[in-house]
This record gives sequence, C-alpha cells and structure tokens, in this order.
Amino acid sequence: MSEVTPPEEVKKKGVSRRGLMIGGAAGVAGLGAVYLMGRGNGGGGTDAGCVTTDLSDSESVLNMSNWPEYIDEDDGDYVSTMTQFEKDTGIDVTYTPDVNDNVEFFSKVRNQLGACQPTGRDMFVLTDWMAARMIEAGWIQQLDKANVPNLDKNLISSLQGVGWDPNRDYSAPWQSGFSGIAYNKSLVGEVSTMDELLTRSDLKGKVTLLTEMRDTMGLLLLSEGADPSNFTDDQWGNALDKISKARADGQIRAFTGNEYINDLANGNIAACVAWSGDVAAAEDENLVFLPPQEGMMIWSDNMIVPVQGTHKANAEKWIDYYYDPAVAAKLAAYVWYVCPVEGAQAEMEKIDPSLVDNPLIFPTADYLAQTHGFMALDEAKASQYEKDYADVTG
Amino acid sequence: MESLQRVFGKNAAYILIGPAAIWLAVFFLFPMLSLLTTSLSDPATGSPINGYTLTWRIANYTEALGEYWPYMMRSLLYAGIATLMCLVLGYVLAYAIAFKAGRWKTVMLVLVIAPFFTSFLVRTLSWKLILADNGFIVNTLQTLHILGEDGRLLATPFAVIMGLTYNFLPFMILPLYTSLEKIDPRLNEAAADLYASPFQRFAKVIWPLSLPGVVGGTLLTFIPATGDYINASLLGSPNTQMVGNKIQQLFTTAGDYPHASALSVILMAIIVGMVLVYVRRAGTEELL
Repeated sequence: MSEVTPPEEVKKKGVSRRGLMIGGAAGVAGLGAVYLMGRGNGGGGTDAGCVTTDLSDSESVLNMSNWPEYIDEDDGDYVSTMTQFEKDTGIDVTYTPDVNDNVEFFSKVRNQLGACQPTGRDMFVLTDWMAARMIEAGWIQQLDKANVPNLDKNLISSLQGVGWDPNRDYSAPWQSGFSGIAYNKSLVGEVSTMDELLTRSDLKGKVTLLTEMRDTMGLLLLSEGADPSNFTDDQWGNALDKISKARADGQIRAFTGNEYINDLANGNIAACVAWSGDVAAAEDENLVFLPPQEGMMIWSDNMIVPVQGTHKANAEKWIDYYYDPAVAAKLAAYVWYVCPVEGAQAEMEKIDPSLVDNPLIFPTADYLAQTHGFMALDEAKASQYEKDYADVTG
Repeated sequence: MESLQRVFGKNAAYILIGPAAIWLAVFFLFPMLSLLTTSLSDPATGSPINGYTLTWRIANYTEALGEYWPYMMRSLLYAGIATLMCLVLGYVLAYAIAFKAGRWKTVMLVLVIAPFFTSFLVRTLSWKLILADNGFIVNTLQTLHILGEDGRLLATPFAVIMGLTYNFLPFMILPLYTSLEKIDPRLNEAAADLYASPFQRFAKVIWPLSLPGVVGGTLLTFIPATGDYINASLLGSPNTQMVGNKIQQLFTTAGDYPHASALSVILMAIIVGMVLVYVRRAGTEELL
C-alpha cells in the first residue's frame, strides 16, 4: 500500500468493492443454506446402535465426573477409598468434580450425547430425575449385573425399585440426601416450617431457596398439604404463589445452588432451604439442619455410564467396590450423606461409633417415613414446571 | 496492492479476506444462524433433548418481549446509570493521568489495568465480602444512621449498579485516556491566554476534543453492561435480575431455547439500534 491507487485502477485490476460485497453476500447465503439443511440432523434421541465397544480389557483407566466434595481424599496417613481402589484393581482413575448443577452439566454434555459422540467420561453422577431423563433419552448403558454383585446384594431397600429404573439396570446410587431447612442459630431461633421460613419477619431479606426446582417446590407442596410425588396443577399453582408472595414482600434474598452455605455461615442469610450433607460438612456448630414439620424431600445422586463411555467394565468394578459395606462406611464417615449400602452401619462401628446412629447418614425407618420423592415428569411437563418455577425465581 | 496482486493474482482481495471470513463464518455466522433459527422454532414441540424444528414462529418474539420487558428496561436503566457513573469517575481519573500524573503516568495506567490480572468472578465475589450484612461498611453506615438497623447493601439495586460500575470502569478510562492524551496542552493554554474561564476551556476545548474517547468509552461500557448477568446474580436479589439473568435462566433451568434465543436477538437488536442512533448523533461515524 505504498501509493494510493485511483479507484478506476482498482476496478480494472482487482476485485471491486461491489464485486466483493456481492461475492461475500453469496458466500454468506450459501453457508446459511448449508447450515439450514444440516440442521435437521441435530439433537434427537440416540438409538441402541450408538453403544461403544468396551475397551476395559486393554485399558486400565476410568474417567468419571462427580459433584464437588463428594468423596474422601488422601490426607497424611489416611488412605482414601479411591487410592485403595486404584491399588486393588490397577485401574488409573481420573476423577473430576465438575458436576455443579444437574441442568448445567446436562447443557455441557447434551450435544455430544445427542450426536452419539464421546464426552471423555466413562461415568458420571446425576440426581434421580436427570438420570431418569438421560436413560429415557437412550443415552445410558445397561450395567452388567454379573459385574456388580454387591450392588444387587447391598442396595438399601428404600432405594430399590425406583419408578424410572425398577431393577437398577442402569444406575447405582452414589449417595442420597435430604432437602430441608437450615438456619444459623447464632442469628435466629428455630425455623421449623416452610411457612415460617417464608413469612417470619425476623428472617426478612435473609432467606434463600434452592434453584433446583424439585427441592424447593417439593417442600412447598408439602407445606400446602400436597404430596410431591402426586400433585395437581392447582396445588402446584398455590405453592408457586407462596414463593411469588414471599418474593414480593422482600422475604427472599436469592435463589442459589451450592453457594448458600458460606452466606449462611457468615450471616448474610439466616435461614434457607438446604441439602443435609452440606450443612454437616460445613462443620460450623451454629448451623442447624432440620426437617420441616410437614416433611422433607429425599433424593439420590446416581452413577450412570453413558453409551459412549468406553470403560464400562472398569466403571462396574468401581460401583461394586463402593458397594462393599466397609468402603461405603469409610466414605459416609467423610461426606456425611445418606449411605445407600446395607451393612455399612455395622461397619461404621469400627470407624466412628458416634456416627452409627446419625439419621442423616443411616436414617431409621421412622426418619424415612417423613421423606418424600418428587413426581416423575415427562419432558413437556418438566419443561412447563421448570419454566413456571424460573418465572417466579428470576 | 500492486505487489500483492502480483503474488496472488486478480483475486487478491478474496484470498486476503479468506482467513478473516472463515473465522467470522465459524465463530459469528454459524452461532448467529443457530440463534436465529432457534428463536423462530416451536417451543411446544421441541425440547433440548430432541432438538427444535424451525416453524418461523414469530410469536416467540412478542411473547418474550411481552413477558420479559421489565427485565429489558431494568438492564438498560442499570447499564445507563453505571455508564454515567463510569464516565464521571473515569473522566476525572483519565484527565489526571493524561495531564497531571507526570512521572507517575505509567504506574497509574498499570494500576488501571491491574484488576484484569484477576478473574472477573473473583473480583465480583470479593464485593460480596466488602458489602456483607455484618461487614465493616454496612456496620459503619448503620452506626452513622445512614442505613437503617436492618438495612443492607447487598441484594439491592445499589450493589448491582456499583458492581457494574466497578467492573466496567477500566473500559471507560482507557479510551478516554488515549483521546485526552492526544490533546496538545498548548491549546488549553491558548484558550486561557484569550481569557477563557476554566469552565469555558473545558467545555469548548477539552471536552470536544475528547469526544472520540467519550463515545468509545461509553459504548465499551454500556454494551457489555446491558448484557451482564454476573453482577446481578452475585450482588443482587430476585428483584434486581437483569435481562441476561433471564436469558441464562431460560436456557439452562427452564430449557426453553426458543424464547431465550428470541430474547437474545431482541436485546441485540435494541443495542445495535441504540448504538447507531448514538453514533450518528455524536457525529463520529469515522471513529468506528
């Protein structure tokens, strides 16, 4: 560009501006057409032909994703369950705590799973309804029962026969937990019902609810006298109105994921809807978790193997290992969530006797009687409820 | 041009544009098309799992706007206030750096850029600690009776606008500094010699000459601030949610891609429209 070329010179020798614009427009239109034609193939459930070959025989590796702070870690002389598993089996585990939220994780992997491409994960851990949704979509491999005898033998009875996977052919619970009320007792007195949480004036502006629709709405349905596992649209509407009203009154400060626990500990919030293990694991004596009088929600996070997970047999070894009562007890003593393994309670006696009778880890039948699950929803209903809920939360 | 044409032949322009065009196609055109087609798909029959079919459903737009316009207005309002605050704060600082900083000029500029070395999220989260209900600032304000006994700063519009102002301030300062720095100080002196008052000198000399920086700075602040959702979600409450929060929520939790896309397209159109009017009125098309 040493000399400025007169415009007519350019026209003769090179590409004119006009030509370039037309060419560019044509290119854009062409690409757009290609895109639109290719678009029909996106998404879609996956057929059975998508299941990959298992490479476990030749590759001793396992890549899995789980929620943060959901497993014990090596510490000095303490050998974690995972390290022991690697020693026992020779399998090299890549454990990534990158599941923060069911829907967020779903957005992360849905394109690959829908297009029958590997996600780089052999197994991940998702909450019941999301696991159910993925199984329904055909994205999850069936477990080989012969490889997981401990799962068959030791799964506690309350987690058997779930509606979305009656024989546990596809899933194995990792841990379970409760959703209930937590409060900071250095700031406020006991909060024992959802109505108190949403109306008591000393809590104004210091209450958070969970963004997980099933946890928050389940508790509110209970406070409406409805059954979360079988409710009507009217009851749903009433429960939603309760939130809208509390929100309009300035009672609710935020809708949160895992992050509520810090705000609860440092006093920005006084009471909230919380997950049982979070409160216990925070190890702050001011924080109290309690089931609301009307009852609380129970859920499980489940290990599932995607169709493109190439090390299923290794994943099954992992599942079987964690369904050994001694291993399960060791894990439960660390994470403080409900242990899904029969016999772990007896093993806990050797590890930490003080936890044997803790209902948050080994709930008794009486304790379980006050817990409820959330109704199974089809895709359209789930989307409608999620949208209703999103409209009152944001 | 001559020599380039010798190397590439008569299609030099296409070949030279090629890399940028491919980049734009992959990272701008395709996402844009995906957004547009999704925004015109039927939300009732599709789902994030099964995908959506394009049915040219324009109603998505009217529904999205009808239902979520308060969020849009709130975004524009918050971003507008934050931009004004950035302009006032940024102008003073940029002026000081350009004309009064002397040998501290470089240090001050580095300090302006320094926050970029830590993550946006970490910086916003740290405001949560600073403005905490039991924190030093709130306690002090309560003691001085500026805030009521149960008053607070977090989870109020104040915290959100303050977060936006804080986070986008450097984007205002840097363009302002570059255009102020180019002003010859002798022009100011000449105006003083001709008996212009300090205010006249600013209004007639400095301000007009700094307009390119003002336009650039306000655009760089206002546009991202309007679409921002981090500040509202970390520092705000459900009653201070901006349009970005709504879009994020529709995409993730509600799984309603068509309305989320429609809302994104509307936001984009509003911003492009406002920017065009603004730049035209400011008479500085040649800047862009």
